[in-house]
Formats: sequence, C-alpha cells, structure tokens
Amino acid sequence: MSTASKPSASPAASSLTQPVNGQKADRVFRGVAYACGILILVTLAAVALFLLFRAWPLIGGDQQANSAVIENFTGGKAKSFWGYVGPLLFGTVLVAALALVLAFFVSIGIALFISHYAPKRLAAVLSYIVDILAAIPSVIYGLWGGLVLVPAIYPFWNWIAEYLGWIPLFAGPAANPPRTVATVALVLAIMILPIITSIARDIFLQTPKLLEEAALGLGATKWEMIKLSVLPFGKSGVISASMLGLGRALGETMAVLMILSPGLKYSFKLLQASQNQTIAANIAAQYPEADGIGVSVLIGTGLVLFVITFLVNLLARRITEKAGK
Amino acid sequence: MTQTNPTGTAHTPTADAAPVIDFDKFKPTRSYTAARKRKDIAMRALIILAFIVALIPLISVLWTTLVRGFRRLNWDFLGHNMTNVIGGNPTPSGGYGGILHAIIGTLEITLGAMLISIPIGVMCAVYLIEYAGGSKLARTIHLLVDVMSGIPSIVAGLFAYSMFAILVGPGTLNGFEGSVALSLLMIPTVVKTTEEMLKIVPNDLREASLALGVTKQRTITKVVLRTALSGIVSGSILAIARVIGETAPLLITAGYIVSTNANLFGGEMTTLPVYVYQEYSKYRANCPADAASGCVTTIPMERAWSAALVLIVIVLVLNLIGRIVAKVFAPKKK
Repeated sequence: MSTASKPSASPAASSLTQPVNGQKADRVFRGVAYACGILILVTLAAVALFLLFRAWPLIGGDQQANSAVIENFTGGKAKSFWGYVGPLLFGTVLVAALALVLAFFVSIGIALFISHYAPKRLAAVLSYIVDILAAIPSVIYGLWGGLVLVPAIYPFWNWIAEYLGWIPLFAGPAANPPRTVATVALVLAIMILPIITSIARDIFLQTPKLLEEAALGLGATKWEMIKLSVLPFGKSGVISASMLGLGRALGETMAVLMILSPGLKYSFKLLQASQNQTIAANIAAQYPEADGIGVSVLIGTGLVLFVITFLVNLLARRITEKAGK
Repeated sequence: MTQTNPTGTAHTPTADAAPVIDFDKFKPTRSYTAARKRKDIAMRALIILAFIVALIPLISVLWTTLVRGFRRLNWDFLGHNMTNVIGGNPTPSGGYGGILHAIIGTLEITLGAMLISIPIGVMCAVYLIEYAGGSKLARTIHLLVDVMSGIPSIVAGLFAYSMFAILVGPGTLNGFEGSVALSLLMIPTVVKTTEEMLKIVPNDLREASLALGVTKQRTITKVVLRTALSGIVSGSILAIARVIGETAPLLITAGYIVSTNANLFGGEMTTLPVYVYQEYSKYRANCPADAASGCVTTIPMERAWSAALVLIVIVLVLNLIGRIVAKVFAPKKK
C-alpha cells in the first residue's frame, strides 16, 4: 500500500492507467509459499533417504565388519543387525506400552476432571498446570527420575516383588537401585500424560451439550452421563491421543538413558535391572564411542525407530481424521 | 417401555378412560438407586484421585529442582564456563565452574532453529490455508506435518548428522547442525499454530482487501498475517520453549565442550540440557586426599541441578510470555 501511494505524488494519471506492479510480488510470494509447503514433503523424504544412505553399509557393505561391530556393541551376544535391533525394539515397545498403560487411565481421569467436574475457573488453572507438565524438558525428568525417584521408589517395587512376585511380570528380587523398566515406564508415563490429557480434554469439551443434557434429563447420574454421552463421543479422539502418547514414549531418549540400566534380553522382568534397552537410548549411549560402521549400525536402528513412530503417528492421525468427518 | 401397552389396554373398558399404568413396577429399588449413587461417587473420587496423582510428580520435580538448584546458583555459576575446573576443586574465581558457555550455546542454537523454522513454518501454513485450500496436496502436507510432529527427537539429530556428514564432511559437529535438527522438531509446531490462527481470521477482511484491488500477496502480508500476528508469535514462543529443552539431538549434532564457543558455524557447542546430562553422567568429582578444604565431590550433581533450574526457569518464562502474548493481543471477539 505504501508503494501504491507513492505515484500519487507524481502526476495522477500514471497511477491510474498503470497498474500497481504487485503482480510480480504476488507470483514470487505464491511461489515461496508453495516451496515451503513442498519443503515439508522433501524434508520427510530427506530424513528417510539420508538415514538410509548412511545406514547403507549395513546392507551393501562388508558383512563381516558389520557383525564384528555388532558383536563389539553387544559383548558377543548378537551377530546380525536384526539380532541386534530385535531386543532393542522389544525393549522400546515394552517400555512405551507400559508407560501408555500407566498414563492412560490417569490422563482420562484428569481430562474428565478438567472438562466436567472442576469449576470453570479451577479448570483453567488445571489446564495450565498440565501444560507446565508438558513443558518441562525431558532431561530434567531424567535427572529427577535418576536422583529422586529411583531411591524413593525402591520400597514400593520391593513390596510389589514380595507380594505380587508370583506374577511373572513382577518376578523378584526387585533391583536396588531400581534402574529398571518399571521405573522408566513410570517416568515416561508422567511425560506422556499431558499429551494424552490435553487432546482428550479438548475432545471431551466438544461433546454436544444436548447429548449431555438428554442423559441428565433421563435421570442419569453424572458418571452415567459421562459413560453414555461423553466417552462414546470422545472414543476416537482418545484412541488417537493415546497413539500420539505412544509415539512420544517410543522416541523418548533422555529419561531412559539417564535411568535405565541397559540389557539386551527378551525379558518381561520389569523389576530387575539390565533386562532391556530402547532404541533411542541405545543410540545416545553408544554414539560417542562408535566408529564409522558403528554409526551406520546405530543409524540403521534409528531408521527402524523412525519407521515405527511414523506408522504409529500416521495411524493416530488417520483415526482423528476419520472421526473429524 | 413396551411393557406398558398390555397393562394399559387390559385396564381400559371404554376408550375415554385413561389407561392405568402400574408405575410402581418401574420404580427402581432402593438398593439399585443407592448402587448408582455409590458408583457415581466412587467414579468422582477416582477422577479427583487421578488428578492428585498427577500433581505429585509435578510438584516433586519443580520442588527438588528449586531446592537443589539454588545451592550452587550464583553469579559466578552464571558467568563462567567449565575451563580450569579440575575435579571437585574450586576455580581461581572461587566458584566451581559454570554454565556461561551453555547459555550462549543454547541461545545461539535456538536462535538458529528459530530463523530456519519460523519463516518456513509460517509460509507453509500460508500455502495450506490461503493458496491450496483443501486440495489433495494440501491435505497430504497437512497430514505429514502432523506425522512430522511425532518424529523422535533423536531421529531428527541423526538426520542432521547424516545430512552434514554427506554435504560438509564426515564427523562434522557444530552448532548450526543442532539448529537444523531442532528446526525439524519446531517446524510442525509453527505450521500447526499458524494454521489455526489463519483459520480464525475472518474472511470478510480478506474479501474487503481483495475488493479494494489489493493483490493477494499484500492482502496476506498486510491484512491476514497482521491480524493473526499475536497467535503466530505466541505459537512460535511455545515452539521455542519446546525445543530449547531438547537434549538428544544436540548430543549427536552439537557435541560438548567446556569452553565458550560463540561461533555457530564452527566447532562444538554446549547447550544447557546437554550440560545437565554431561554433569549427571560424571556422577562424582575427584578429590585427592591432599585436596584443599573447598573440594566438593558431589559438585557435578549440584551443577546439574543448578543448570536444570536455569533451564526450567527459561522454559517456564517463555511459556508465560507466549501465553500472555496470546491473551493480550488476541483478536477481540465481537
């Protein structure tokens, strides 16, 4: 607009007959916007391609050198890449799934509390608190988990191992210090809690008021109203929220790295140390000492993690999209 | 309900008389009502309990960071880097090392990530909302932006590392590489918040501007983006708050040094989260038997807590600013 007013200082005729030269800027702007849109596609493709390229020595390179490196990583336990990534993948999924199980009901509870139980003013404060929980960096959760939670929670795990030890999951003796899958899953649950909560809360708040009032009008108690109208309405949103939480838990590095005592077993013994390790934490732990082929191996495991989180996220978004229609 | 019909018809000798319904039959028993009420109260208690359970870790994290962080937090800690730090001995300045280099590194790397991702993110959102408007490509990009926001941070780090290894040379570690990794995590957030803001800009404004003969580019930059500015700014600040605490990608891309490096494009750089992690993994400092009385073996952990406190304060302040910007400058609702 500033350029448009400039010609008016000169004879007015020129500004009327000559169109303001915005056409070029228009095209350039449009081109830049288009390029930025395309860049998203290119970036995602580049992530996959660059990782694949760097991990290529695993497939096309000297297999003997590969297995030597993997043997070096694992202390001779695994020789092939899949033998190496298998237990890691198992550990990753185990920890993430446990975290999801722990976080799911609590976050649904909090979401319901914020959306339907708390008074309005309190609800705003509570939403803010949940957001703070999401904003705390993972390294601080790791620090807190490693130095505060680990010593504090040992009596509890010990109690569980003693009284519920007959369940294979809780087979004792509980490790002390409990740098175990159970503790890590607890910390990850705290970290994914705000993600699930905030999405579930938004969905619950969108429940049509008419449905709720109809349920209450028929004499339903508050819980029955929630069970009849809110939960069915929010079902798909809750599912996709938990998938997103799962995706976050799958890729979490620092908390696992700082708390877990790693191992490479297909083991469900949650309360014992040195059983499992996750892909992300393994990369961060091995990276500083890895040589050329070692880095390729680690990037290969990173690629596996990328593919899995990509699929989980894609599935979650598909569910939300379908529900949105 | 269907059971009322037989009883109703059985008791109507004439058409005029109202059907007599045995309402007592539908009366819930006292125990049934009580059970429903009990269940309602139980669920209410569970839901409130869930909330309290979630508060415990939050309070514990904030409290321990505050208490333990204050122990070593002073100007000396903020104004020095980790050079001349030997074991648990105090440095010549009287402190025990500090986080100056980490603060500088954090600011520069985050600034770099900001400069990359905010323009790209905003323009991508402009394309999605203003130009593409629901085409197949736009929907694909929208979906992929969502998916991209779920990329594990360590994969972003691996990507930046691989990219620089291929484009620049193997084993490259510098601050800008960290910025690239962080922007991969930041772009989706910026795109999403900007999209949300552009969606709520009233169409009347666009149409009024276009009807005056203003070109589309000027309509977008002078009318649409200006209206949505507060939302974009607050969204960007929240995105910064999210990436400023990232550790794993920087561990891989930016490396770790003890001295101050202000050059974003050359040499390794330390950031606050990485500093916290490195101090944590040191566990204990050496204090030889003949060390001075000022030697503290637990100093790495104390430094880690203090750095964590600084980090938390930065993140929370950024969050607060983002929210205030969003609230104060939000477009007025009619």
